[in-house]
Amino acid sequence: MNKKIGCRGMMVGMVALCGLLLLAACNKKENTEQSSNAPAEQTAAPATAPTPIDPATAATVSGTVKFDGTAPKAAKIDMSQDPACKGTNEAENVVVDGGDLANVFVYVKDGLGSRTFDVPKDPVVLEQQGCKYHPHVLGVMTGQTVEIKNSDQTTHNIHPTPKDNREWNESQPPSTPPLDKTFAREEIMLPVKCNQHPWMKMYINVVKSPFFAVTDKAGKYEIKGLPPGDYTLAFVHEKLGEQDQKVTVAPKDSKTVDASFKAGMGE
Amino acid sequence: MALKRIEATYNRGHHIFATFVACVTFLLIIAGALVTSNDAGLSIPDWPTSFGSFSVPPLNGGVKYEWSHRLIAGSIVLLTISIAVWTWSIERRRWMHWLGVAALGTVIVQAILGGLTVLLFQPPWISSAHAAVAQTFFCIAVTIAVFTARRWVEEQPRVEFDSRKPSLFTLALLSIFVLYVQLILGAMFRHHGMSWWPHVANSVIVAFVLCWTAVRALAVYSEIQAVRRPAILMLSLLIAQLCLGFAAFVTRVAWGRNAAQPELPMVVSTVAHVAVGALLLATTVILAIQVWRHVPVAFAERVPQAEGTASAA
Repeated sequence: MNKKIGCRGMMVGMVALCGLLLLAACNKKENTEQSSNAPAEQTAAPATAPTPIDPATAATVSGTVKFDGTAPKAAKIDMSQDPACKGTNEAENVVVDGGDLANVFVYVKDGLGSRTFDVPKDPVVLEQQGCKYHPHVLGVMTGQTVEIKNSDQTTHNIHPTPKDNREWNESQPPSTPPLDKTFAREEIMLPVKCNQHPWMKMYINVVKSPFFAVTDKAGKYEIKGLPPGDYTLAFVHEKLGEQDQKVTVAPKDSKTVDASFKAGMGE
Repeated sequence: MALKRIEATYNRGHHIFATFVACVTFLLIIAGALVTSNDAGLSIPDWPTSFGSFSVPPLNGGVKYEWSHRLIAGSIVLLTISIAVWTWSIERRRWMHWLGVAALGTVIVQAILGGLTVLLFQPPWISSAHAAVAQTFFCIAVTIAVFTARRWVEEQPRVEFDSRKPSLFTLALLSIFVLYVQLILGAMFRHHGMSWWPHVANSVIVAFVLCWTAVRALAVYSEIQAVRRPAILMLSLLIAQLCLGFAAFVTRVAWGRNAAQPELPMVVSTVAHVAVGALLLATTVILAIQVWRHVPVAFAERVPQAEGTASAA
């Protein structure tokens, strides 16, 4: 009787182990398919015909994002655990230069109605160089390809941890072809990390419209080609949170919308 | 009907091997804690292979933690198979056969949980179960080492009946329970499935229950060495664990909240907290076993009035 129970237990264990190995095999296959099928997903992205925008009436919104107060000192990063990671590195969670705040994602959050837009055929490039992600904050349209390159002489793994999109985790050895990936759903500040180099973090912002920008080192952004209308403009920072501003643009308008973040916001 | 007493014989090689398995398991717990503390759990994205192969990958960055953990875990599977087969073949105590099988079953469950945590991107419940089963397996490995020791096999145990309520054995079991709850709460916080406060709040209950158990053991049964030693060790480890818990809280929750990467003080304090936690749980299990052997509960109500003597549970 005892031997029977033991054998049964072993059988259950073996079945569970086989199931797990099957899951491992499926996971690999899925990852391969995800990479190779990216262009097909891209072309299928707009469900309806794109709404035409008259370039003659298109407006521009631009501005500067400031940081109000004393900027936190950027933390030094110790990259000694991988000899291939050379140079200096600093945390990029709050990048302020002379009061100008970089890496703020600015996008049209509301006001576009049911308009649809063409997905750009050109990919957005995300590069891993010096064991850092370039850029640190990225904007991309749903279905648009993100081309992920590894320019380092070490293996990285790219691991987005989304809330609304599918999670994946793939390694990319040096001198290998870029990984092409797409994101199916809108998601703001989707974290991406490398589990081999835990300081490597960046954010991808996935939106349905092409009306977005990321502030540069001078805190500046520009959104072109906006059809006339009333909009809500969102300014999103990975640490400092989100601010929304209303803006109305007339045909051929060129509006300036500035924003300002304070230390401690978003906590 | 008289119970047949099974005479166990001491086998030095078997005991040394069982102790070795327990020590390697402790090393594996440290290796696992290093993986989590260095945020390297998914540095190798596949399982059971590592980057599509079973050979040694370049051990850069977090890979060295994860791959070392996998290597030691693989060795533990082989060691557990060996100890289970050895126990089955030489032990005359039938329940020891099943303890070996339990060790093997636990290590298989643990391997499955380890695989799932990689393939499903570290869901908090699975990662926490992986942490809890690790310490369960460590306790089983330690008990095999205790049960195969010369002292256990050949000693004629000194017995003192316990008529207090709650009994020392009940307190020891309660200690194991609160420690296990604490282990799960700590693992859930560590794997981002829960806030830190339930773990910190439960530490007060753990400290109270373990102190109560240790004080009772030392105050009433200090003459029984097999009880006194684990009770003193448990109390010492509890104090160390509370200090390490405080250090881990300060370095990780207070100072390390906005850290760009896992910093050395954070890694050292959290790994030490996990390691001492495992030792504390195993010591409490040993105490419970020794209490069960040396301080059995007296069931006075079952003793006929005329005889008036207590009987062991």
